[in-house]
Amino acid sequence: MGKGDVKLLGTWPSPYVMRVKIALNLKSVDYEYQEDNLENKSELLLKSNPVYKKIPILLHGGKPICESLIIVQYIDEAWSGIGPSILPSDPYDRAVARFWAAYIDDEFYPARAVNRIVVANGEEAKAAAVKELKDALVLLEEAFLKISGEGKPFFGGDKIGYLDIALGSLLGWLTVTEKTFNVKLFEEATTPRLVSWVDSFCKHPAVKDELPDTHKLSEYAHNVVYPHLKEVAAAAAN
Amino acid sequence: MGKGDVKLLGTWPSPFVTRVKIALKLKSVDYEYQEENLGSKSELLIKSNPVYKKIPVLLHGGKPICESLIIVQYIDEAWTDIGSSILPCDPYDRAVARFWAAYVDDKIFPTIRGLGMAKGEEAKAAVVKELKDGLVLLEEAFLKSSGKVKPFFGGDEIGYLDIAFGSFLAWLKVTEKYFHIKLLEEATTPRLVSWADSFCKHPAVKDEMPNTHKLFEYAQNVVFPMIRAAAAAAK
Repeated sequence: MGKGDVKLLGTWPSPYVMRVKIALNLKSVDYEYQEDNLENKSELLLKSNPVYKKIPILLHGGKPICESLIIVQYIDEAWSGIGPSILPSDPYDRAVARFWAAYIDDEFYPARAVNRIVVANGEEAKAAAVKELKDALVLLEEAFLKISGEGKPFFGGDKIGYLDIALGSLLGWLTVTEKTFNVKLFEEATTPRLVSWVDSFCKHPAVKDELPDTHKLSEYAHNVVYPHLKEVAAAAAN
Repeated sequence: MGKGDVKLLGTWPSPFVTRVKIALKLKSVDYEYQEENLGSKSELLIKSNPVYKKIPVLLHGGKPICESLIIVQYIDEAWTDIGSSILPCDPYDRAVARFWAAYVDDKIFPTIRGLGMAKGEEAKAAVVKELKDGLVLLEEAFLKSSGKVKPFFGGDEIGYLDIAFGSFLAWLKVTEKYFHIKLLEEATTPRLVSWADSFCKHPAVKDEMPNTHKLFEYAQNVVFPMIRAAAAAAK
């Protein structure tokens, strides 16, 4: 199948798009990437994801698949004979991986934890939001200990898997959060396994070329994302 | 494996618990059911789902699985050789089923709650429209996946999306009755109207859905007042 058969619509800052890129890399899938403009969405984007009008969208043979974690599972299943398995093989381990990936999207990032730091008014509110985020990371550290096995580098064990991709794609944005608010999120004292996991993840061949430029991301955060979040919070408060 | 190996913690009104019950029935799994009191959660619930402390929780050989759609997929995979597949076999069809199941959880269910919170006729009408527009999207999805011929989203047999969406039918009926509105109608969602009928009559479903009358009383006396109180407190 040629490169033309697989197309990814995305935007460079999106951690959700990064998930898909990593999964495609793991499966050695050739694809065409289209950078979309969220201020001026392409016809293809609107036609392919009429329900949410969001990226990432994977088009395979022209058929669209939407929602990053659904796309990652699709990639795992559509190219199941090629490269490593992304989801674990055991049904219980799969359920656990899905649980924590959903936790990351529903609780940890962005709505609950990360965005709360941005919109928090005053030092006390900010400190509370930071604490919430760090507590969530401790939960993920405990999950890592249970899931990965003794001395293994990844949630997926020896190789990166579904949960590594779900969390690892957020690292660029978490780094921006640390720098902006002068906090340490991953620390030896509280999340030692995750500290080494971050290092292993970022060095992985399927990941290292997909890591966003943190400086560029930081600028984008300050110029676009944070003002937008504050606007939304202010409108909701009224 | 004995019945003791599989235990479901739930509450009778929860559509999320209904999903799990239907999936277990489809796979002919014997299980023990424990009715939880959300005002006084059991030790087992808190220990099994420390992150959310919510039902449903499925315990298989003592190991907990949480989140209804994750549980349904687990049941499909753990009892893969029994009964029909819950998820479709084709990866693309699986992605589509997962997409719409997530849509039910992200858009349809919260909108029902939103209806409970809406203040005044105009606000309510806006939410009703949103809900009905969402149901039309599901009608279109049904047409795409099943065409004019098959009775279920899953084709000839109920599947993942039937379970994900169908488990809400009792609540949809209660909502229609409580707010004096029609949500699934011949005029706008004809295929879903016949689907709802087929779904509720399905042998794996008919004994698992909560009694609509009992559910209406519960909604009227407990749930909608609670939602209104939460809306008032949020101000």
